[in-house]
Amino acid sequence: MIKEEGIVSLFRLSIKEIHNRLIRKELSVRDLVDESFNRIGAVDSQVKAFLTLNEEQARTAAGQLDEQLDSGVRERGLLFGLPVGIKDNIVTEDLVTTCASKFLSNYRPIYNASVVQKLKQAQTVTIGKLNMDEFAMGGSNENSAFYPTRNPWNTEHVPGGSSGGSAVAVAAEEVYFALGSDTGGSIRQPAAYCGVVGLKPTYGLISRFGLVAFASSLDQIGPITKNVEDSAYLLQAIAGHDSLDSTSANVEIPDYIGALTGDVKGLRIAVPKEYIGEGVAPGVRDKVLAALRVFEQMGAVWEEVSLPHTEYAVAAYYILASSEASSNLARYDGVRYGVRAKNANDLADVYYKSRSEGFGTEVKRRIMLGTYALSSGYYDAYYLKAQKVRTLIKQDFDEVFEKFDVIIGPTVPTPAFRIGEQVDDPLTMYLNDILTIPVSLAGVPAISVPCGLADGLPVGLQIIGKSFDESIVLRAAHAFEQQTEHHKLRPRL
Amino acid sequence: MSISVNDVEHVAKLARLELSEPEKRQFTEQLNKILNFMEKLNELDTDNVKPTSHVLQLSDVMREDEVRPSWPIDKVMRNAPDEEDGQFRVPAILD
Repeated sequence: MIKEEGIVSLFRLSIKEIHNRLIRKELSVRDLVDESFNRIGAVDSQVKAFLTLNEEQARTAAGQLDEQLDSGVRERGLLFGLPVGIKDNIVTEDLVTTCASKFLSNYRPIYNASVVQKLKQAQTVTIGKLNMDEFAMGGSNENSAFYPTRNPWNTEHVPGGSSGGSAVAVAAEEVYFALGSDTGGSIRQPAAYCGVVGLKPTYGLISRFGLVAFASSLDQIGPITKNVEDSAYLLQAIAGHDSLDSTSANVEIPDYIGALTGDVKGLRIAVPKEYIGEGVAPGVRDKVLAALRVFEQMGAVWEEVSLPHTEYAVAAYYILASSEASSNLARYDGVRYGVRAKNANDLADVYYKSRSEGFGTEVKRRIMLGTYALSSGYYDAYYLKAQKVRTLIKQDFDEVFEKFDVIIGPTVPTPAFRIGEQVDDPLTMYLNDILTIPVSLAGVPAISVPCGLADGLPVGLQIIGKSFDESIVLRAAHAFEQQTEHHKLRPRL
Repeated sequence: MSISVNDVEHVAKLARLELSEPEKRQFTEQLNKILNFMEKLNELDTDNVKPTSHVLQLSDVMREDEVRPSWPIDKVMRNAPDEEDGQFRVPAILD
């Protein structure tokens, strides 16, 4: 165990170290679960990462796993016994899943999402559900209907969104790792703001069955971890085809752990000039350029390129995502599940009142935007146009990947902003996602890894790869980590 | 292109949202600003560009049409705000 400032954190250990200690019975699953709840008790009032704790079930599960170890069975997967947190838009059987919305404040799913089922098979322990922007709509976690989550590096700042709770729970060492979801950057952006590792896999690599739908052609579940190796372990456990999700890709899953060779000699890196130009804070640009020098020292080569349609990505994204959201959120009618408004006179009144009382402002704004974009007479001007621009953005990436292995740039143009600073200006808030959104529109994988601090707040390095080439993204990210100490920095709480 | 409070009221009706007067004013202002930003897309000539509705090259995903067990009614109804005899209860639709 590593002791720092009086806090003993088992979660500084690697997966292999924890695993070996469990197998040798130097550590029990109960110890790990106690560690998680003790830490939550000590720091969560400051950061508010959790919406729901699963304490009773987690302790019961820990006891059962310890009994399995006591029974003498030694063959255990590497994730065995590890405490995990789940973003609250991923459904968990019998455990409240609110999507940080009043609408679902009492919703207890009757089944597990496929990813949750896979984690259960890997014998992890679910510690609780993590705060987020309502229905995953937002980039700051201020849109939670319950309370904002705070950045553990400076609690006056946002943790990013929408998987802010997931990034904070890992950064604050409340859980070993967490699941988030990324539609336009919702894993990578909070990972960057909180100094942890966030991976958005290729669209279709991980089943979306049981992920509450926001924008179905963009949504992806992915791991948020404290280092790249953990990310590879988690991805290995949750990737793969699922017949319950018709958009799930039927591809062979490579050995992600084996891809972590530490060798990037000859790696061809493209650096888009649009990603390090105007609008990128000098402190962020400096850290990214320093990271590129690390890659150079390791024998990689980099060259400046152009992704010319980057400036159109945010407009295209918000039309497409909002349109899909307006359609997906039509299911919240107050009839089958969720909260129903009281004092409704007729069925139409049930719909109007339930939706108006149940949804927060950002969700309503996006439903309005999407409904407008899809309404008669505007479909071609907005939705179809945005789909065509999406093609151009995808072609930009295809062309660069003909000559390069990865694309590298910042994850977010600036470090985390102050709580409340952008809340009344949705357009400015949307523009924070300018470097993550193009990747989402193209459907390719990208990881955010810590690459230093600017103004005392973490900066994220984004490494982007070809579709289904998570191996090279993880390899590059891991090699960078091996040469630096940024991922070992932890906030003082 | 700019939208009026009347447009916002119409869209809210389509989306089954009841907006307060301050919300209508706020959304009119904000949506105008956002839609004005969206106009940027018109700088691009996309006449000969095919739309991407989906990044994966998926054709129709089919499975065998076979009878399989469904969830038990009591489980399905567990989250219903109002139910009676295994059915969702709503206010009268007809007088």
